[in-house]
Amino acid sequence: MTSSSVDRTLRAPGRFSKARRGSEPYAFILPTALLITVLMIVPIVMVIGYSFSDNVITNKHPELVWLANYAEVLGDPVFHTAVINTVVFTVGSVAAHLVLGLAFAMMLNTQLLSRFTKALFRTVYILPWLFTAAVIAVLWRLLLSPNGVVNYLLDSTGIASGQVEWLSNPDLALGSVTFINIWAGYPFFMISLLAGLQGIPHDLYEAATVDGANGIQKFFSVTIPQLRPIIISMLLLDLIWTSQQFALIWMTTGGGPINVTEMLSTYTYKLAFSRYEFALASTSAVLVLALSMVLAVFYVRHQRARD
Amino acid sequence: MTTMTKRNRNRLLMKVGVILGLVAGAMFAGFPILWMLSSSFKSNGEIFEFPPRLVTEDFSFGAYLSILTDPTKVRFFVNSYVVAIAVTLLTLFVAIMAAYAFSRFEFRGKRIINVVIVSVQAVPPITLLIPYFGLVVVLGLYNTYPGLILTYMVFTLPYAIIMMTGYFNTLPRELDEAVRMDGAGSMTALWKVLVPIAVPGIVSVGIYTFMIAWNEYLFALTLTKTEDMRTVPIGIQLLMGQHSYQWNEIMAMSILGSVPVLILFLFFQRYFMGGLASGSVKS
Repeated sequence: MTSSSVDRTLRAPGRFSKARRGSEPYAFILPTALLITVLMIVPIVMVIGYSFSDNVITNKHPELVWLANYAEVLGDPVFHTAVINTVVFTVGSVAAHLVLGLAFAMMLNTQLLSRFTKALFRTVYILPWLFTAAVIAVLWRLLLSPNGVVNYLLDSTGIASGQVEWLSNPDLALGSVTFINIWAGYPFFMISLLAGLQGIPHDLYEAATVDGANGIQKFFSVTIPQLRPIIISMLLLDLIWTSQQFALIWMTTGGGPINVTEMLSTYTYKLAFSRYEFALASTSAVLVLALSMVLAVFYVRHQRARD
Repeated sequence: MTTMTKRNRNRLLMKVGVILGLVAGAMFAGFPILWMLSSSFKSNGEIFEFPPRLVTEDFSFGAYLSILTDPTKVRFFVNSYVVAIAVTLLTLFVAIMAAYAFSRFEFRGKRIINVVIVSVQAVPPITLLIPYFGLVVVLGLYNTYPGLILTYMVFTLPYAIIMMTGYFNTLPRELDEAVRMDGAGSMTALWKVLVPIAVPGIVSVGIYTFMIAWNEYLFALTLTKTEDMRTVPIGIQLLMGQHSYQWNEIMAMSILGSVPVLILFLFFQRYFMGGLASGSVKS
């Protein structure tokens, strides 16, 4: 199985395409259509409505303020910080996910080791993906605590010394949460890339060998071009999901210290549930939605092209 | 030196290199988890002992016992199981019906519904949270199981339908067509013929659904309020909020909270890999 076949799989096999029309399929779709309407379409219309209003949720009679909320959110320096942090966090995480995922997938795809050994390593490598954000957050708070084992190991190997405040030092916090997210997310890439590597026809490598290519040349002329469609799909999905990351940030730094790890998600959440500025929060939420939709359009178009 | 031995030597060097790389990677991936396990068996005073020790000298199940005997904490697990199992069953029921329509019928609007279902997966949870909060309060579902169960289905349903449709497409149409030709309705064809042979696909979709529901954090945080309605991920965070950190209990709770997913993973590893590779599951 290659990467997402999202678009293709919802279509019935072509030769039956004119098989049957009628009202019958609608009965089967009805529960889904109802749920999607209630859980998706209505809420999105509501949140867009909120973003143009004032006094929403907390007040029964909101008033229309048109673009005033947008002006306020877009002019808020903390929002600017959140945008920059989200970009740094997302690009750093996604790039590292790709590099680590590809490196691990290539090592796991080696012909030099037995199947069993590879299966064992693969199981260990996928472990971080199996833990939920809450667990990952508390675990790394323990590991990275000033008296924690990471500082001990760095100190005893002479790399760094003393009680480094990884999550509460403003200079280090953004790097630290990005690192945690890298650790938590690379298996997602690794598994897809491993499946992709196993699908590369062997004769491509043999042909390259005949042409006198060395290992590095084969990597750039065979491996990368063959994996390209999977890599692009994964990059887009990871960009979408990482830019929406909330739980991990919320439970490690909560956006602090002094906003250095504030993301668009935590910024939006705080507007709504700490300051009860639901209209401003909705505005920020709509901006986040717009960002995701831009990425989603690229993703859907890429999937179409692959079909 | 002959070419043969030179090649053998290169092969050996490469093998050593790959093994070293794999071991380094395994330490990066596995050490934090090993540390979590080890800390859960320590006494709290030993957590920051210097120098730190991976294997504790007085190994104890005390942290686990104190969690499993505390009714408040047990309640977190009960809540998580109730919500995750309900979400799984409901999602499967709705997704199986939709997937049957997508796999076996052509109908007007199919393409639009298809696009909506695919793009729902890219909608940020934080965007839905604010209107959900308003809706759930208005509907009287704030701080209830149905409020969580219903909202979780926005995450689980899209990919469940996509995966289920893909699975149905691999099953021969002749099977359920024949039943329909004999005069039985579509419902019979679906539930009596198609579903029984689709069990492997249903199991893998069910596992993913359970995992997503079990791990969900943002909606559980916002749409519940009282301690008796909190799920495991929130329970773990609540332990962190207490005045003195009981790190051994926090780690034990984390292990206990991860056990259902770890067990499902170990038993159904093949399905996990397949589904992950298809890119249809959130990381």
